[in-house]
Amino acid sequence: MSKFSLLDHELIPNHEIMDDDELRTVLKHFNVEREQLPKIKVTDPIAQEIDAMPGDVVKITRKSQTAGEALYYRYVME
Amino acid sequence: MVIQMDNMIPSIPKRIGAIKFGLISPREVRKMSVTSIITADTYDDDGYPIDMGLMDLRLGVIDPGLKCKSCGSRAGECPGHFGHIELVAPVIHVGFNKTIRKILRSVCCKCSSLMLEDSKKRDYLEQLSKYKDMGHLPDDVINDVFKEARKPKVCPYCGEAQLDIKFEKPSEYIEDGHKLTPTEIRDRFENISDDDIRVMGMNPDTARPEWMILTVLPVPPVTVRPSITLESGQRSEDDLTHKLVDIIRINQRFQENRDAGAPQLIIEDLWELLQYHVTTYFDNEVSGVPPARHRSGRPLKTLTQRLKGKEGRFRGSLSGKRVNFSARTVVSPDPNLSINEVGVPFEIAKHMTIPVRVISRNLELMKEYVRRGKKVHPGANYVIREDGRRIKVTDINTEELLEKLEPGWTVERQLQDGDIVLFNRQPSLHKMSIMAHRIKVLPGKTFKLNPAVCPPYNADFDGDEMNMHVLQTEESRAEASILMQVQENILSPRFGGPIIGGIHDHISGLFLLTRNENFISKNDALELLRKSELRELPEPAGHLEDGAPYWNGKQIFSQILPKGLYVDFPAQVCFKCDVCKKADCEYDAYVVIEDGELLQGTIDEQSIGAFKGLVLDKVVKEFGAAAGAKFVDDFTRLAIRGVMYTGLSFGISDEDIPRNAKVEIAARLKDAEEEVSKLISAYEAKELEPLPGRTLAETIEMRIMQTLGKARDDTGRIADNQLGLENSAVIMARSGARGSILNLTQMAACVGQQAVRGERIRRGYAGRTLPHFYKGDLAADAHGFVKASYKSGLNPTEYFFHAIGGREGLVDTAVRTSQSGYLQRRLVNALQDLEVQYDRSVRETRGVIVQFKYGEDGIDSTKSDYSKPEAIHRVVRAVTGKEVA
Repeated sequence: MSKFSLLDHELIPNHEIMDDDELRTVLKHFNVEREQLPKIKVTDPIAQEIDAMPGDVVKITRKSQTAGEALYYRYVME
Repeated sequence: MVIQMDNMIPSIPKRIGAIKFGLISPREVRKMSVTSIITADTYDDDGYPIDMGLMDLRLGVIDPGLKCKSCGSRAGECPGHFGHIELVAPVIHVGFNKTIRKILRSVCCKCSSLMLEDSKKRDYLEQLSKYKDMGHLPDDVINDVFKEARKPKVCPYCGEAQLDIKFEKPSEYIEDGHKLTPTEIRDRFENISDDDIRVMGMNPDTARPEWMILTVLPVPPVTVRPSITLESGQRSEDDLTHKLVDIIRINQRFQENRDAGAPQLIIEDLWELLQYHVTTYFDNEVSGVPPARHRSGRPLKTLTQRLKGKEGRFRGSLSGKRVNFSARTVVSPDPNLSINEVGVPFEIAKHMTIPVRVISRNLELMKEYVRRGKKVHPGANYVIREDGRRIKVTDINTEELLEKLEPGWTVERQLQDGDIVLFNRQPSLHKMSIMAHRIKVLPGKTFKLNPAVCPPYNADFDGDEMNMHVLQTEESRAEASILMQVQENILSPRFGGPIIGGIHDHISGLFLLTRNENFISKNDALELLRKSELRELPEPAGHLEDGAPYWNGKQIFSQILPKGLYVDFPAQVCFKCDVCKKADCEYDAYVVIEDGELLQGTIDEQSIGAFKGLVLDKVVKEFGAAAGAKFVDDFTRLAIRGVMYTGLSFGISDEDIPRNAKVEIAARLKDAEEEVSKLISAYEAKELEPLPGRTLAETIEMRIMQTLGKARDDTGRIADNQLGLENSAVIMARSGARGSILNLTQMAACVGQQAVRGERIRRGYAGRTLPHFYKGDLAADAHGFVKASYKSGLNPTEYFFHAIGGREGLVDTAVRTSQSGYLQRRLVNALQDLEVQYDRSVRETRGVIVQFKYGEDGIDSTKSDYSKPEAIHRVVRAVTGKEVA
């Protein structure tokens, strides 16, 4: 059975692990700690797909009819 | 406030660090108790509370004059103190039956150890602490623990065989035929080790399982269960006191019997009785327990009943309570009021007040109010002295008050025109259910409101009542007039269009006025525009043969449109032709407004109606809320005069259709019946082709429904062709004022198929709906097809089927409202603390982000054009005249 990527599905928005620099600017912009972000479980299929580890922050780029692209951030937890 | 200073505790803002819930231990109960209660009597012959009785003065005082023996304060100041009852034998606390059962089953009957391997216990403990750190509820883990621990048949520690424990309502535990007494259960729980308790998700310091079996009962202070003195001077005790009396009585009898060495049987009976009384003391609605009743037969309201439900402590006294400065009465329409106004009866205006601080500059005015008193309308009902004392203004003390009145006092003056109040109609489902209005004091006994604000309140005038709340502070009035005034709520955030707008006669009025070329004389034109602030008529549209000038309806309507308004769109009456000719529409169904002048088209629901009105929408968005409100005020007034100018009435003769049309309808229905009988014979001969995914029986039903539905539509069309745009019902239906073409069809041509749950009517007798049909008859008339029209009248069978169909609608609405009400309640409770921050993120109270940008696109739907993100296009078009992509 060939392995497929969840990200290829059209209903799944793009997920990527954020690097520290970007994360810092985002956290500063919203004036929050990582823990105050919405959460995602490490066991979530998409988190496993991109090899996210607890403590990472995942950036989600959603397509939006009204905004074009909407950004969302999730803190990965156990 | 000067007087209270000495014994007032300075208010320091405090933050609640944590709340801990646990079980109360017998030791704690005794520690907080000021006295043991041993006698069931309350007062002695002189009416003085008996020592160590339920009304003991150490429990606090409620009678004025007496002093609390515990804290020395008087009634009102003393918060009350707990007492306790020593129960002769332990009883189970009903609230914990579920937990007791679970623990009993997962704990060894001999050694009381939790029947899990040590390693497993460690795993569970670890999981629990992890869940706690994450702020998750530990319920899942704990349920797992109990599920696993009840499995072993033999205790892994002492090897004792475990017997099945059956729970029987209300509170009996039966182990292999033997009933466990509360004492036995308590003994088992006492022996559970602290470590095991932790695995069960409890904290042994604050909640030991044996505390779920009561040995001592706390007695709430008298302030919790005050007795009331009836008019006859007789005392009437609170339900809780009654219940406690019962408990003490039984407790005493139990003691006496046991001391006297009564037989086991009697002891058991009394024990059960004690259990019953303690159970109903906590909860009088336990299933399987007959509720304890008052002498009158009314069930007692005990602890759980006080807290539970809509009128309970939480929903009834804490989340919501009754308020002052409010009024409620029936509403009725007054189209001459502005939408921002509300008519308030004199009677109400005289009772409701607004506090006004007296300063040197309003001293004379305030004096005048006080002089007028409460009887002459804009007067004053109370004055408040500088020290905070409220004094009622009466005929006797007026002179005295006038002399004393000085800056620093406050006068509670009566409502008068222009005061701002909140107006509300329940159910308050959206923010437009409470809006701020300006008062107009009017004679009569009802609140008056402009019918254009009916849609947001969902009000009509068939007896609806509404509430008014008078704002008491300057800040609240400012806030209300800026945020909550009706004009600020014309546009709904629900769909980005006007929710306030013309209804019924407003629409037919303007429709009649603006359609066709009508000749309006100068007199009539002025009469029509009388209520709007207009000083000049435009150039007349032409002159009659005798030289008299005339105007047309479109010109009249244009007078109330703001200059600089440009819109065009198809009207409600649009026939949706394949190719729209736009401005050249031959039905005058394409509205063109240029520079505030109606050039083309008929004004109807699509222009000014609530929810739809595009002209209104445009006026509000481009000229502001005040202009929008003025437009609504103007067009409602114009419309009412417009509808009176032409006249619009509807009677039974408006449903008349010519004889040949009736014949045609009858023939069409006969055709349909024949078609149906053909279908039936094809079905019976099994020649019918089933639809994909349907059985044959389903297919025939669907085909019959289809055939009859089409027949009804056809008859409607036949009738419709006979009724032109002169017919009032057609005018109302086409312009969107009221009713639909279907309503008209049913009145004039054929009512059609009655349905229950979307199917033809089938219920009734076996195989038939009514006894005079053959069994298995599938014909149209046997299953609720009504051939008659409402005008011609239904025959008894049709009438009966119609009643069945009508009833379903009623039941549906009743069910739907209650269901959607609960859904809404849950949604509101879940979302009420979310807030859009200044950076446009949505956060909850802890600052945790829910959305990074409101709605993920940051669009305020109120300002969008019907929820489409195209407002920017409109603005660019207006400024540059060019389209943007």
